[in-house]
Amino acid sequence: MTTRTLTFREAINEAIRLEMRRDSTVVLMGEDVAGGATIPHIEGKGEEAWGGVLGVTKGLATEFGRKRVLDTPISESAFIGAAVAAAATGLRPIAELMFVDFFGVTMDQIFNQGAKLRYMFGGKAQVPIVIRTMIGAGFRAAGQHSGCHYSVFTHMPGLKTVVPSTPHDAKGLLIAAIRDPDPVIFFEHKLLYDMTGEVPEGDYAIPLGVADVKRQGKQVTVVTMGRMVHFVLEAAEKLAQAGIDVEVIDLRTPSPLDEKVVLDSVKKTHRLVVVDEDNPRCGMATDIVALVSERAFDYLDAPPRMLTAPHTPVPFSAPLEDYYIPSVDKIVSTLKSLMAKPS
Amino acid sequence: MADISKEKLLWIYERMRLIRTFEDRVAELFTAGNLPGFVHLYAGEEAIAVGVCAHLTDRDFITSTHRGHGHCIAKGVDVKAMMAELYGRATGSCKGKGGSMHIADVGKGMLGANGIVGGGGPLACGSGLTAKVLGTDQVTTCFYGDGAAEQGTMHEAMNLASIWKLPVVFVCENNLFAESTPWTYHGASKSFADRATAYNMPGVLVDGTDLFAVYEAAGEAVARARRGEGPSLVETKAFRYYGHFQGDAITYRTEADLASYRARDPIEQFRKRVLERGLVSEAELAEIDARATQTVDEAVHYAEQSPYPAVEECLTDVYVSYP
Repeated sequence: MTTRTLTFREAINEAIRLEMRRDSTVVLMGEDVAGGATIPHIEGKGEEAWGGVLGVTKGLATEFGRKRVLDTPISESAFIGAAVAAAATGLRPIAELMFVDFFGVTMDQIFNQGAKLRYMFGGKAQVPIVIRTMIGAGFRAAGQHSGCHYSVFTHMPGLKTVVPSTPHDAKGLLIAAIRDPDPVIFFEHKLLYDMTGEVPEGDYAIPLGVADVKRQGKQVTVVTMGRMVHFVLEAAEKLAQAGIDVEVIDLRTPSPLDEKVVLDSVKKTHRLVVVDEDNPRCGMATDIVALVSERAFDYLDAPPRMLTAPHTPVPFSAPLEDYYIPSVDKIVSTLKSLMAKPS
Repeated sequence: MADISKEKLLWIYERMRLIRTFEDRVAELFTAGNLPGFVHLYAGEEAIAVGVCAHLTDRDFITSTHRGHGHCIAKGVDVKAMMAELYGRATGSCKGKGGSMHIADVGKGMLGANGIVGGGGPLACGSGLTAKVLGTDQVTTCFYGDGAAEQGTMHEAMNLASIWKLPVVFVCENNLFAESTPWTYHGASKSFADRATAYNMPGVLVDGTDLFAVYEAAGEAVARARRGEGPSLVETKAFRYYGHFQGDAITYRTEADLASYRARDPIEQFRKRVLERGLVSEAELAEIDARATQTVDEAVHYAEQSPYPAVEECLTDVYVSYP
């Protein structure tokens, strides 16, 4: 398959475009996914005002028309609930929740309707919806536009959660999410949008529930996801120079969780660190540590460690926000202190 | 009334009677301790569900409420499966996983009773959107109560349905109380139908105990939706004989209120009208009454004889596939 360099943003756009070409029941909806609805010099000329607040969905309304690319009012309950029932009645909607922090205004439709509908109906319905949403700190966007919160959704039975880290994975995982028969929440880190990487042409799906070993190592396993994958890989290179051999696992989909890859790795390295940009309590870090403690405790040579954001909202001021985000330096020092302990 | 065929009149009576018989029996069963959980009964509001669903086919959709048994029966959901669901049995509409507040039958266009007040408004926009995108003439009816009318979801949904011209009929069932709180207190509007103006759609207020008034108003709204002209709001004002939930002491209602309800009973009103005009015979109605009793007897027997789901069923149907 031919590959070429695309940004993370372009990879997501391409995944949606290919699926909309392949399947006429795929529709996209959200605030300003096209923008400028009904305005003569914009929609009237087949154009878009924005194509998504950060341009991720640019060109889709132009190619597929406003019947399948729907600008919505700022009514997340209404349009996400609509996407849920549209999914249950024959469409494959992709709904955009602009920032994940806005889940508070629509959680009933996600949690009580979308996630539970199939179960409450005794399996006699399915909800093939994708909710795309932006996550992540580092944009100086403060407390209501910067969280990760994927652990909140991972906690909920009925939902699948995807946190891609590269353009290649973003495309393949989004294609899989759109084709998936269950509700999938797809978390896009806003600071990855401009990241470039090799992306194959054509369509390919990366199965949900399969973690990716990004770096083979023998001495310590680091489990992470999203933007933190790149921080951990950078830290691993530095640690290699210090003689510490790190295995890096990109979880990719917190739910379904690839337990085997994590457990096999820990059984090999005997040490575990989880690095997560989400908050620490009841999060992915505690979840992975619990998994390993329960199922691979005897293999551990040291207590597992968690390096996460603190138990605070995301602050605005630059030095505060920089402190909030787990840094490469913190990852290096955490791993060094872990490895310094006698095994 | 003249334009309703005799066959349809008999169907309407049969559905209304079946709802009443079903709900009265559920009240007895619940009070006797035979049914788990809690149930919200529809008796008194039969003319609304039936008057609306008389215009719908299995291909059309409805969204419902916590008080959903009447909507299910009006939409043609199997009564045996419904009763088995209330008993939590494996043969229930939802295999015993939903219960009273989540009875659904997507094949019949019944998108679920709903335990969340106001939860159905956005969902109705979704099935409406499906019909619009796929270019079918399917109509969705969103039943919601006067309590739900105060939820933001309903306002968002009416606005969205209107700007997207979705084939949705919003049917506000004003049964006078949101739980124990009167609509005259919880609603700022003089009527819920008035709110249609704000969303640029037709809104009418009708007597929800008068089958013919509901039938006529719903007929216009459904036809408008089917023609692709967008949503409407029909407020139907009625009452409920039972409490918010079965077991509610109904301290907020007086004996005089109840007497006034009985004087306006929707099924008795219907009987009187069709008999006075000689459209159907006493014998035909009596036969329907007997059949409703028999159907509910059989449903209770079926439910009580049905097995509980195997405990392993707890773990299935969460996902279509989950590695």
